[in-house]
Amino acid sequence: MQEDIKTQQIELKLLLQAIYLQYGYDFRDYALASIKRRITYRLQKDNYPNISAMQHRLLYDVSFFETLLLDLSVNVTEMFRDPEFYKALREKVIPKLAQHSHLKIWHAGCSSGEEVYSMAILLKEAGLYERTQIYATDMNEVILQQAKEGIFPIKRLKQYTENYQKSGGQESFSNYYHAHYEHAVMDNALKKNILFSDHNLATDGVFGEMNLVICRNVLIYFNRELQNRAIRLFNDSLSEQGILCLGSKESIRFSEYSSAYQDLAADEKIYIKNEH
Amino acid sequence: MSTETIFEAVVIGSSAGGVRALSMVLSTLPANFRVPIIIVQHLHPHSGAGLVDVLNHKTPLIVNQAEEKTLLEAGHVYLAPPNYHLLLELDGSFALSIMPKVHYARPSIDVLFETASEFYDKTLIGIILTGANHDGAQGLAQVKQAGGYSIVQDPNTAEAESMPSAAIKACEVDAVLPLTDIGPYLLQLVNNNYRKGQR
Repeated sequence: MQEDIKTQQIELKLLLQAIYLQYGYDFRDYALASIKRRITYRLQKDNYPNISAMQHRLLYDVSFFETLLLDLSVNVTEMFRDPEFYKALREKVIPKLAQHSHLKIWHAGCSSGEEVYSMAILLKEAGLYERTQIYATDMNEVILQQAKEGIFPIKRLKQYTENYQKSGGQESFSNYYHAHYEHAVMDNALKKNILFSDHNLATDGVFGEMNLVICRNVLIYFNRELQNRAIRLFNDSLSEQGILCLGSKESIRFSEYSSAYQDLAADEKIYIKNEH
Repeated sequence: MSTETIFEAVVIGSSAGGVRALSMVLSTLPANFRVPIIIVQHLHPHSGAGLVDVLNHKTPLIVNQAEEKTLLEAGHVYLAPPNYHLLLELDGSFALSIMPKVHYARPSIDVLFETASEFYDKTLIGIILTGANHDGAQGLAQVKQAGGYSIVQDPNTAEAESMPSAAIKACEVDAVLPLTDIGPYLLQLVNNNYRKGQR
């Protein structure tokens, strides 16, 4: 291996340690390749000669840390992202949820909220929204604030509408937002049962007695240890017959909890917890 | 001629016209090909695993989508899944990401080539095939800079010439070859561990 690459890897590990000690955000058990690309992006953009020089700034400048924190969280999402997944939710998950008189849903790593509002729409259309409490969490408070506001660029709504229709949506999608200049503002009726709050899968604890936990495209950024920690949190948060949804390239099958779950929709990585 | 480098992996990037080009290259390689091959082919984000089936019919090698955390094996061809970047982790296992698109592409060829080059440095062979954008040029330059070997499809034999042309401009490419020659050349390179045309 080239010497400079080896040195960079040492600098990277030191930087993550510095972030943890100074700000309490723990990226030390993240998969390093993605983190490194995102750090390198900031390095080049702000013209630092190396990661160590950037670390110095980071330790003394909280606003620089906040910028870096945004760089480090991947906030690429869409409403009804992967329409096939939402189709499976409609067909296989909603009928199970409908058996309960009260519903609790935890959406972990909700980012800017697009997929939380998608879930709210599904519940509304199934007549389940009024009996549901959704907990939407993310480690990043800036992005969580965006999620809470539920204001999205109007130019993205064409794609979202297409996704919605592909997922089996029958309504006119424009019923769910109103256009305001360049933005689409999500309907307040979708927001009232969503509680947005700050939660970090690397350092925080469980949410009690959930009927459904959704956490998509978050585990791919974790190493195996942190993946196991997150899955343990989900497992401890789910009630019997609770349902767990992961991203299409993520799986519970590597973890110690594998045998406690059956596939509900194998291709879409939707699992249901066994009864004891 | 150098015999000191043992090649350990091949990365291939392709875009428009790539399915035919990949089929052609892979069809000329035997089941006992000594090193793993990792491919980024630009696809529609919602395309399924169809390309896996297509390529499995063309080659005795085992073609699969890359899964996160798995380690690479000889005799296998790994494809980046649609709508995910494919990276090599610092321990050489696969990682996936939905980071923003690079050159309008996810998966991006540059992302794969750059991370693979960090792990494999001079033991990596990078190949750029047909395509109508500039993805991969920077990645191939990095493969080259790390001491790896670079091959580009002759733009005259490419369905879309801008991607191979951009790669040729980005670095001093070791071999520019017509499509039909790339597979046999790669086989010779890997089997003989022989750097033809090395300067």
